[in-house]
Amino acid sequence: MTAVRQAGTLAGALGAILAAGLLAQGLAPYGVYLLSLWAVYTVAAIGLNLTLGYAGQISLAQAAFVGIGAYTTAILLPHGVPFGATLLAGAAISFALGVLLGFPALRVQGHYLAFVTLALTTLAFLVFRNESWLTGGVGGISHIARPAPFTSGRGYNLLCLGVLALVSFAVWWLLRSPWGRAFVALRENPVRAASLGVDVRAYTLLAFAIGAALGGVSGALYAPLVQYVEPSPFALAFSLSLLMMVVVGGSGSFLGPYVGALVAVLLPEWLRFLHDYYLVLYAALVILLLIAAPEGLVGLAAKGLRRRPQGHPAAEAKP
Amino acid sequence: MSPVLEARELHRHFGGVKAVNGISFAVAEREILGVIGPNGSGKSTLFNCLLGQIAPSSGRVLLDGVDVTGLRPSELNRRGVSRTFQLLQVFPQLSVRENLILAGQEHVGGRIRRLFGRPDAGLGGAADHMMELFRLTHLSALLAGSLSYGQQKLLDAAMAFMAGPRLVLLDEPAGGVNLTLLGAFRERLRAMNAEAGATFVVIEHNMDFVMSLCSRVICIAEGRIIADGLPGEVRENPEVIEAYLGH
Amino acid sequence: MAALIAQLLISGLATGAVYALVAIGFSLLWQGAQTVNFAQGDFVTLPAFLILAGTALGLPFWAALLAAMVLAAAILGLLFKRILVDPMLRHGAMPLTIATMALSIFLENAMKNAASAEAYPFPGLNGGITLGPLFLDWQSIMVLGVAVVAVVALTLFLSRTRTGRAIQATAQNPAVARLLGIDVGRMVLITFLINAVLVTIAAALISPIYLVKFDNGAQIGLSAFCAAIVGGFNQVRGAVAGGLLLGVTEMFAATYGPDQYRAAVPMVLLIVFILFRPQGILGRAEERRV
Repeated sequence: MTAVRQAGTLAGALGAILAAGLLAQGLAPYGVYLLSLWAVYTVAAIGLNLTLGYAGQISLAQAAFVGIGAYTTAILLPHGVPFGATLLAGAAISFALGVLLGFPALRVQGHYLAFVTLALTTLAFLVFRNESWLTGGVGGISHIARPAPFTSGRGYNLLCLGVLALVSFAVWWLLRSPWGRAFVALRENPVRAASLGVDVRAYTLLAFAIGAALGGVSGALYAPLVQYVEPSPFALAFSLSLLMMVVVGGSGSFLGPYVGALVAVLLPEWLRFLHDYYLVLYAALVILLLIAAPEGLVGLAAKGLRRRPQGHPAAEAKP
Repeated sequence: MSPVLEARELHRHFGGVKAVNGISFAVAEREILGVIGPNGSGKSTLFNCLLGQIAPSSGRVLLDGVDVTGLRPSELNRRGVSRTFQLLQVFPQLSVRENLILAGQEHVGGRIRRLFGRPDAGLGGAADHMMELFRLTHLSALLAGSLSYGQQKLLDAAMAFMAGPRLVLLDEPAGGVNLTLLGAFRERLRAMNAEAGATFVVIEHNMDFVMSLCSRVICIAEGRIIADGLPGEVRENPEVIEAYLGH
Repeated sequence: MAALIAQLLISGLATGAVYALVAIGFSLLWQGAQTVNFAQGDFVTLPAFLILAGTALGLPFWAALLAAMVLAAAILGLLFKRILVDPMLRHGAMPLTIATMALSIFLENAMKNAASAEAYPFPGLNGGITLGPLFLDWQSIMVLGVAVVAVVALTLFLSRTRTGRAIQATAQNPAVARLLGIDVGRMVLITFLINAVLVTIAAALISPIYLVKFDNGAQIGLSAFCAAIVGGFNQVRGAVAGGLLLGVTEMFAATYGPDQYRAAVPMVLLIVFILFRPQGILGRAEERRV
């Protein structure tokens, strides 16, 4: 989307983050926690949006990458490694794993990356659960200390929002650069992109691996937020949930992940009275949204704001 | 001096069908070579083999004397081979200017430099110049998908020249272009050939367009070259007439 | 030792045969209707619950099975196609794939709410027969028998009947099929119905072993994806080969390998195949296009 190249989108994201920071000052601890969780989910969803929305590949491994980031931080922090370093380590491991898996999977077309990443999430879950010497097994790792001076709920919220702001800027820069242009090109028409010298395989792999690295960053924020990691949050269900966030917000739109993560955090709170039926309703709503407005909530809002509809440009391109 | 493009004994078989059955030719620098032939004669398969879209069953493709057989399309492009497609292929969600910058960006600097460098990869000026040449300047900021067919066609062609190509392969450039635009389009291509020094290979059905644009024409039928010469000669060649009428 | 191996082989083949049935349906939908169905595993769990509901209402097993098959054909065949696939395909194959993931969340949670998170026992065959040192349980023999009959019947249907050949033509090239006067829409619908029948048979065969639980679909689905990819897609034969290979590998790995990594077998097999033989056991290497 060219929308990415307008500075307005970055301003929108930073404005939302600032608003969240201000809002946190007046909220009860649980509200502050939800805002921090929103930031954590948003970072992971931004990463997945690179893979899905820009490179056009379905990844079901984002939960595994978040898990890797969370465990890396949970394991390294007690050894006195500073938080910044554990965050980068989680991102680096996820990036490397992304390259390692994506390289063979992207040699073949179609849905192969979806299946390879599905396998990775299942395998990572088994490792988290079974390798007790490293991960604490089913019991997990508890008493994860938050890095000073961000030890309070409000303090840590600032750290989460700060990291989200940095990630927002970095991804905005990435998408504005020639790389972002190449990502859009390979999503829209890989054959034509290749004929213009765009190395489709390399760029797809990079988008996937950078998306994975952001999953690692999200996990690094998650572990000290809940102060306890165990395998179950990083199962396949979370990968699916992150995918839903991206498509609900609008895959391929810069602001989509912010909106999708907000819905994922707030909707279960509002629909508490539904108890276990919440997920049934949520899944049904996602399906309806996918059918009625595949461009997601952000696309829907943009359409509503544009007074004069211009038709569907993609449909007219091919005679 | 070796020719810009040379095909040596190219074969491409699909099962028992010999779509390209031993084609050899050379294109000299600055030449505009037209490739004609009835439908199903093997033109498109030949083009796909030359462009790395599919691998030839046997035979070689040489670019400036260097063997480039089997290279991927993106690698060929970075070696100076540019192309347009039979069907329009612009990026509808990018602006006209962005389309042009995209067409050139993979040819400047390294990938890492491009990430941290200027968003337009230093190609803003070149894109503006190209828009002037192709009369697209007033459309610069519009999404390519919102342009008229003729405007998209111009953009499509302009993109092929952004990287200063050594060789341009045009697949039915006149298809779907109205008569008014066609003349201007031909003049633009001629000018690009003269000014930029690019060599052209053109597949085309529109005989008048081929005859007035090309300096040399080859005719393909049943996977083989049946005529090769000046446009006038090929047009009068009885074998060529037979090939067209026979179908 | 040899007897143990033979026994493992037979139970492995039996599980593998069920994977194969689910994988065949999965491949048929993929090639015949561009539908990569990530809810395929849950498509097995739903008929299992339907059969249980039928028997709970007092129907004899065979009647409950038949009723479940009809309901599955209506819900997982007709409704799935009309409500989800048809409107989504207009947006492309990838949005549809994601929609099937949402459908998986929907089905699992709906079943959990309707039937609780409990694992329900499912009627199967008890006992077996001793042949020298070898003990063969009736359940495995029955599963193998039914699966063989189902696969042979499907193969004959696809290759010998007019409708079957029309389905294959539609899968290979819908545009050409339409030119030949084939009712493409109807063929695609029949493909969905075949899948519904296959998953119902698979449900009846596998549930006595795995019991019936709302989230069983995840594991069965993974095994079916793996079987389809290992087999090389696009052919019934491939899915059968992939399913059997997976079933046997799993059984041996569970016996001789670490138990807590049993679920890793299909995943590792899948990654190894995509690394070294992406076209699968029986598939042919694809032509490079990009």
